[in-house]
Amino acid sequence: MNFTLKIWRQKNVAVKGEMISYDVSGISPDSSFFEMLDTLNQKLIMTGGDPVAFDHDCREGICGTCSLYINGRPHGPVKGVTTCQLHMRSFADGETIHIEPWRAKAFPVIRDLIVDRSAFDKIIQAGGYVSVNTGGVPDANTIPVPKEKSEAAMDAAACIGCGACVAACSNAAAMLFIGAKVSHLALLPQGRVEAAKRVQKMVACMDELGFGNCSNTSACEADCPKGISVSNIARMNREFLGAKLFSEKEKVVRVSL
Amino acid sequence: MTRLNARIPEGPVASKWTDYKSSCKLVNPNNKRKLDIIVVGTGLAGASAAASLGELGYKVKVFCYQDSPRRAHSIAAQGGINAAKNYPNDGDSAFRLFYDTIKGGDYRAREANVYRLAQVSNQIIDLCVAQGVPFAREYGGLLANRSFGGAQVSRTFYARGQTGQQLLLGAYSALSRQIALGNVTLFNRRDVLDTVLVDGKARGIITRNLVTGEIERHAAHAVVLASGGYGNVFFLSTNAMGSNVTPAWSAYKKGAMFANPCFTQIHPTCIPVHGDTQSKLTLMSESLRNDGRIWVPRKLSDVEKLRNQSIKPSDIPEEDRDYYLERRYPAFGNLVPRDVASRAAKERCDAGFGVGSTGVAVFLDFADAIKRKGHDTIDALYGNLFQMYEQIVADNPYETPMMIYPAVHYTMGGLWVDYELMTTIPGLFAVGECNFSDHGANRLGASALMQGLADGYFVLPYTIGNYLAAEIHTPRFDTNASEFTLAAQGVADRLKQMKNSGGKESVDHYHRRLGKIMWEYCGMARNDAGLTEALYQITELRHEYVRGVRIPGGLDEYNPELEKACRVADFIELGELMVRDAQQRRESCGGHFRDEYQTSEGEALRNDDKFAYVAAWEYNGGEVAASLHREELQFNEIKLSQRSYK
Repeated sequence: MNFTLKIWRQKNVAVKGEMISYDVSGISPDSSFFEMLDTLNQKLIMTGGDPVAFDHDCREGICGTCSLYINGRPHGPVKGVTTCQLHMRSFADGETIHIEPWRAKAFPVIRDLIVDRSAFDKIIQAGGYVSVNTGGVPDANTIPVPKEKSEAAMDAAACIGCGACVAACSNAAAMLFIGAKVSHLALLPQGRVEAAKRVQKMVACMDELGFGNCSNTSACEADCPKGISVSNIARMNREFLGAKLFSEKEKVVRVSL
Repeated sequence: MTRLNARIPEGPVASKWTDYKSSCKLVNPNNKRKLDIIVVGTGLAGASAAASLGELGYKVKVFCYQDSPRRAHSIAAQGGINAAKNYPNDGDSAFRLFYDTIKGGDYRAREANVYRLAQVSNQIIDLCVAQGVPFAREYGGLLANRSFGGAQVSRTFYARGQTGQQLLLGAYSALSRQIALGNVTLFNRRDVLDTVLVDGKARGIITRNLVTGEIERHAAHAVVLASGGYGNVFFLSTNAMGSNVTPAWSAYKKGAMFANPCFTQIHPTCIPVHGDTQSKLTLMSESLRNDGRIWVPRKLSDVEKLRNQSIKPSDIPEEDRDYYLERRYPAFGNLVPRDVASRAAKERCDAGFGVGSTGVAVFLDFADAIKRKGHDTIDALYGNLFQMYEQIVADNPYETPMMIYPAVHYTMGGLWVDYELMTTIPGLFAVGECNFSDHGANRLGASALMQGLADGYFVLPYTIGNYLAAEIHTPRFDTNASEFTLAAQGVADRLKQMKNSGGKESVDHYHRRLGKIMWEYCGMARNDAGLTEALYQITELRHEYVRGVRIPGGLDEYNPELEKACRVADFIELGELMVRDAQQRRESCGGHFRDEYQTSEGEALRNDDKFAYVAAWEYNGGEVAASLHREELQFNEIKLSQRSYK
């Protein structure tokens, strides 16, 4: 198969980038999207060019490193897969393919197609955990968890933190990412204890880091490679509202003492 | 003559760890604040170690090459994690888990370490549940278990097909909490390129900032390597693209011995290679073997017809199919251990019965299971795996059998460590896949996650204290000291030299060639002549690489080709050591199969009289061959026997 690639090239965050056109030929339909880019890069290296930088690691759809915006969609045209699981048979022979990095204020470009997603780590650091130390915890079967709750928590916990939801959103909101973590932990008794604090801290951190507000378009769910549902955003909003009301009450109690 | 002292505590195996914990030295909380620890890697072992050490009050610096610590390749583990909880009441115990692990490792692991692993396994499950890991549950709300990898008890805990992901995210969340509390500092997008020794003790590392290219120095009172396995020496493996041996290799070159490098695990159920541009291989969970039946055609004429597509697999009648695992191993059938299943697939393909366009694949057929259990049940059990397969291969496994072939998956070898997980360099520890200690010559399914977390959460926090107790008077180090300057200069010179080699071929070109040599001569089956040939070819390749590699881009910018170039240079050297190790081990055991040493039925033939030892290699400088040290293994609890799965 042959393709024309229009790829975003940008040396670093300080300089302006541009779309550059490349031709690749003789690509097997069974090639993955990255193997196609590998072929381009090998050619560029052999001809004294500058290979295209892109983030990738596990190449099996689970690490969440890959982050290409292909033909106007995060992770390309196939639903429910990451870029690394995309195969060239999903494109038409001779097609022109546009490849860009995630575009969001909170994800500055490092080089070419690579962006800095450390904002996601900061949001988790703000409260995306259960505050337990190693050791001193009860036997794993001490607290039964209804299977339905546990399955729903697992649905939310399947998030790979790739940032496609942010890239898909017209407001570059991180609501689906945070909603997934808030839901995962709020659904489990182990995470319930800190649920109110957690949601407030994570939302405050999200606002600080420059993510936008929910656009209510569900574009995030449509382009999420793991099919994380927008109902997690609703749950987060509910948790947030409840937490705000609850923390007000707590303040009143403290004052009356 | 040997410098190896495993420092195994005295006493019965069941009380060694308890006794150790009661008698090891402790560090006072006020002193912990004054002690720095470097942790390299944020997989299960690294993240759990960094989080636990931060909780204890040490000042921890943690490093990863990925953009986030959540992405380490532990995340890709599918199947599950073992523990001796005995929740199903099927007779499990710490002793049985210990016994199975030693036997599964073909009697080449250290008893005391493995027993400890089995003992702490239960605590791991407790902690992970407390962290919010959503393990599978029964309708009563309690945890579900399954049997895995041919174990006779159900001791595997799992979170759908994403157990590694969920456990890693648990460790990552604990780590994130410590980062937020200021106990741990994270350095992402860093390659660790050298280990710094001061007066014979590990005191720091040299890193390259992958974004800016800056060479950085970091000092600490102790260094913990959790940099994972070295399967990418084969170029094609199930490892992540960035997985590398470089931190461990730099330690080896500074005096840490490297143990059993030839013990590599080839996983039987991976998606076959599609062509020359293939960049990595994808594993399909071993759980598929619970219901899938593995076969190839019995007649070569059918193989030919399949290849030119004049028949479909379902056209081949039952009597013309060779269910070779069921034929050879009637007791375990399709559930034989990984090494056995892999070799059997290779044997059939080498004999010309392989299927698929390349002839290097075998069928994994679910037709019977679908008939017996129904489409819906199979979908509930394996739906996500079937989807993944269809996405990659564009074939529907409900209608036509899957095609699978073995691929490099895990490396049992690694840095030699003693009972305290310390290498032969004082103050340098190795945890997780990076060390050699618990899996012997073959790792059982669902044991890697257990070992990584056991090391990081429950073993290292004790043993590192025993070392650091003597370091409380050592002030923080100045990274301007000559040892650091020398090491940083060495790294900078090496990078410059590589960059300026002026060659013509890409790094991948050499990496592929190395992979082919390793797969051909040091893969599933090895023999003396082949290994000698491999040694010759690798030496050639090493010389060519220095002159021939071309690295575009600059030193002081984001440069993935430069990163790869360092990793491949180390893989080439490691490949040579693996071959030497495979050559000296004149027996077959676990993942190491020597053609010359097999039973009349083609099974691995161990030689316990001569080879019941850990082979630990000491670096002697590039031009002089590494020297071999032996740690003789003592088996007091378990009687050595021939593994039999018939």
